[in-house]
Amino acid sequence: MMDAVRTKWMGLLIPIISILLAFLAGAVIMVLSGNNPITGYAALVSGIFGTPYDFGETLQRMTPLIFSGLAVAFAFRAGLLNIGVEGQLIVGWFTAVIAGIVVDLPTLIHIPFAIAAGALAGALWGAVPGFLKARFEVHEVIVTIMMNYIAMHVTNSLIRTYFLESGQRTAIVNESASLESTFLSELTNFSRLHWGFFIAAAACVVMWFILWKMKRGFELRSVGYNKNASMYAGMSVKGNIVLSMTISGAFAGAGGAMVGLGTYGYANILPAFTNIGFDGIAVALLGASTSIGIFLAAFLFGGLQQGANMMQATAGVSPELVEIVIALIIFFVASGYVIRWAIDRIASRKGEK
Amino acid sequence: MDYVIEMNNIRKEFPGIVANDNITLQVKQGEIHALLGENGAGKSTLMNVLFGLYQPERGEIKVRGEQVEINDPNKANDLGIGMVHQHFMLVQNFTVTENIILGSEPTRRGAVNLKKAEKDVQEISDRYGLRVDPKAKIEDISVGMQQRVEILKTLYRGAEILIFDEPTASLTPQEIKELINIMHNLINEGKSIILITHKLKEILQVCDRCTVIRRGQGIGTVDVEGATESSLAEMMVGREVNFSVEKTPASPKDVVLDVQDLVVEDARKYDIVDHLNLQVRAGEIVGLAGVDGNGQTELIEALTGLRPVKSGKISISGSETSKYKPRKVTEAGVGHIPQDRHKHGLVLDFTIGENILLQTYYQKPFSNKGILNYNKMYEKAKELIEEYDVRTPHEKTPARSLSGGNQQKAIIAREIDRSPDLLIAAQPTRGLDVGAIEFIHSKLVEERDKGRAVLLVSLELDEVLNVSDKIAVIYEGKIVEVVEADQTDEQELGLLMAGGQKEAGEATT
Ligand SMILES: Nc1ncnc2c1ncn2[C@@H]1O[C@H](COP(=O)(O)OP(=O)(O)OP(=O)(O)O)[C@@H](O)[C@H]1O
Ligand SMILES: [Mg+2]
Repeated sequence: MMDAVRTKWMGLLIPIISILLAFLAGAVIMVLSGNNPITGYAALVSGIFGTPYDFGETLQRMTPLIFSGLAVAFAFRAGLLNIGVEGQLIVGWFTAVIAGIVVDLPTLIHIPFAIAAGALAGALWGAVPGFLKARFEVHEVIVTIMMNYIAMHVTNSLIRTYFLESGQRTAIVNESASLESTFLSELTNFSRLHWGFFIAAAACVVMWFILWKMKRGFELRSVGYNKNASMYAGMSVKGNIVLSMTISGAFAGAGGAMVGLGTYGYANILPAFTNIGFDGIAVALLGASTSIGIFLAAFLFGGLQQGANMMQATAGVSPELVEIVIALIIFFVASGYVIRWAIDRIASRKGEK
Repeated sequence: MDYVIEMNNIRKEFPGIVANDNITLQVKQGEIHALLGENGAGKSTLMNVLFGLYQPERGEIKVRGEQVEINDPNKANDLGIGMVHQHFMLVQNFTVTENIILGSEPTRRGAVNLKKAEKDVQEISDRYGLRVDPKAKIEDISVGMQQRVEILKTLYRGAEILIFDEPTASLTPQEIKELINIMHNLINEGKSIILITHKLKEILQVCDRCTVIRRGQGIGTVDVEGATESSLAEMMVGREVNFSVEKTPASPKDVVLDVQDLVVEDARKYDIVDHLNLQVRAGEIVGLAGVDGNGQTELIEALTGLRPVKSGKISISGSETSKYKPRKVTEAGVGHIPQDRHKHGLVLDFTIGENILLQTYYQKPFSNKGILNYNKMYEKAKELIEEYDVRTPHEKTPARSLSGGNQQKAIIAREIDRSPDLLIAAQPTRGLDVGAIEFIHSKLVEERDKGRAVLLVSLELDEVLNVSDKIAVIYEGKIVEVVEADQTDEQELGLLMAGGQKEAGEATT
């Protein structure tokens, strides 16, 4: 019975221990660099929860992270490493914004239309590596990395040549396509929190539903675990590879739409990657590729990014430290095996006594 | 000190199940000690405890009279205990030597000394008659050879006590003979062996003593001398076991499977199935006998849509299926018990229930408009788990944590329950205990009597002879002879399988 309880909590215990260890290591680094870790972390926490504004910004930051986390996790469930979430997100952002600018529709139609346009662009961007993998066995990691660069440069050049409005960006999307919410913004002391947060939460439910309730999800997971057995059971391995990359890309593209229609209201020429897509890998890893896990992990990473500002402002800790903590969390989660082993050790030692 | 190994009153629990409950095993120096028990009785678990992979909740372990605590396999190695697992743990694109030294590389000034290692490996190989090429790549060598590499690995690390977990389950009869020779060599060199096997003949042939466990309980230890197959079986199952298959003469009807002039290529583009003709009728069991590697695997894969047909024709119940994908073949009325259960048969990370529904999840009532009804799925799974006596704590237990034999029973339940027109059973009883084998064989006969066609592919002649009505002998990709099962014997089959001709005198009878 001990064992049953142990396995059940292990999945939760490892991320939590990883996070604690990472914060502990962060504290050591703060001490070594001459800062007080207590004031440092106090600043971090108040940077997340301190004011309604900070909290609103945290939720705003976590919105696209949820999507990029879901995108990585969805492909991962089918046994694929989608490193191209970044690119899929960029094309989704761009396409959603353009759909928000060039057409005029009633709000209730325009918003879904613009989000769908973004998701579709991301889906196409994800389908290409999926197809190349299924048809020619080209490794998806290589193709998706290349497509990240293509995404960034192509959208940049499209903005530059066709849609440049002021400075480095496009026009603002029509009111009817905007996810901005005066209500949410006022509620949170004029943060940039927008309706997209709720859409992201709904997306978590969507992924859970597809993977665990739908026939397709059963097949996707099966292919992810064992291609031979899936083929034996009459599933289309190639079809499912393409499908999983397509849906993964759609999640990423929708995440881009949140940024474009909600946070900024425009698309701009990107000097570098947004990193939201790459952070999605960490979010999915920490969240163990589950919907709830991703939601919580996105909150953590969004909060860390937001709280980093306050750390610098009030405690004088450089924001790079937060990045180190994030990196350490990833490191410790990735070495979860070692932690599991250590827990087992301690538990069995206790059992004997 | 009499015993090299003493495991006293061992208890090991898993979530929802007591795998070992108060088991005692005592192994004498220089003996081959059999460990016998039904599928899921707890044999592998007990050996994993001895090898330091699991920690027991209770009980003590003594090695050469000294009480020890074995917390990990390295400790087991240090104590001279080596284990050859049922599923090998070799790196496919490494050479034999690289695999053997992995983790204990001999170094000279920090660099791995491969030359010396190769020499050492060669030396051990020669001493025990393992005939292993130290420079060969794992992916290029046979299953039997891979197993000998595993044996070598334990010897290289200085093992004095060797544990074999079902070593003969995946071997050909020839390879089994070689393995038995090797075991004798090991004993002559002063080693001790613990052998897990479901084949009672092997126990009688090579073992000195035998410990029996049943559902996690130790039943006792007996001397093999004086024991018989049925006495061992009874001790293990707790009732009398019927070794011969009970069946009435077959009454074959229409042709269900019709294979004409079939050519199939293997991975190296060689015509491994070479203009093969074969028919199986409704209401009969046709056994396919042959030495491993004569095209059986590729034939089955072609029949089930897993491998493309180069030329020729396959028809099932009158419709041509040569170009069908696996799903369409299944829907044409084919059930397939695959020979490699971990490769094709199971998604190990799915629950056992999901695995039982692997062929039917997309049909009503399990799936409706793309949505799965998990309640219905698990209801069905539960039914089959009971009917086929799959021993698992729960239908939602991951397939990975079932014992090998119970995994196999789940596959068989899935494939037979649909009562397909044509059932292709490849090594269906591999890794099953005698009681389960009896049950599966009677199921196959039951299907036959329902008017289904059964193609039984097995490397074990006993099984082919006992269960089949007709026996088709495959040699170099062709069916060289079809004989009535009750008019032939092991000797004649052996001759045919080696490419010999049927004697003229017998052919007329
Ligand atoms: N890692 C595990 N986690 C949970 N349960 C397990 C695990 N390993 C084994 N079990 C359970 O313990 C019991 C004993 O399993 P074990 O593998 O020892 O059987 P076995 O005697 O080797 O059977 P077989 O002849 O089929 O190989 C089974 O009921 C199995 O489901
Ligand atoms: Mg076993």
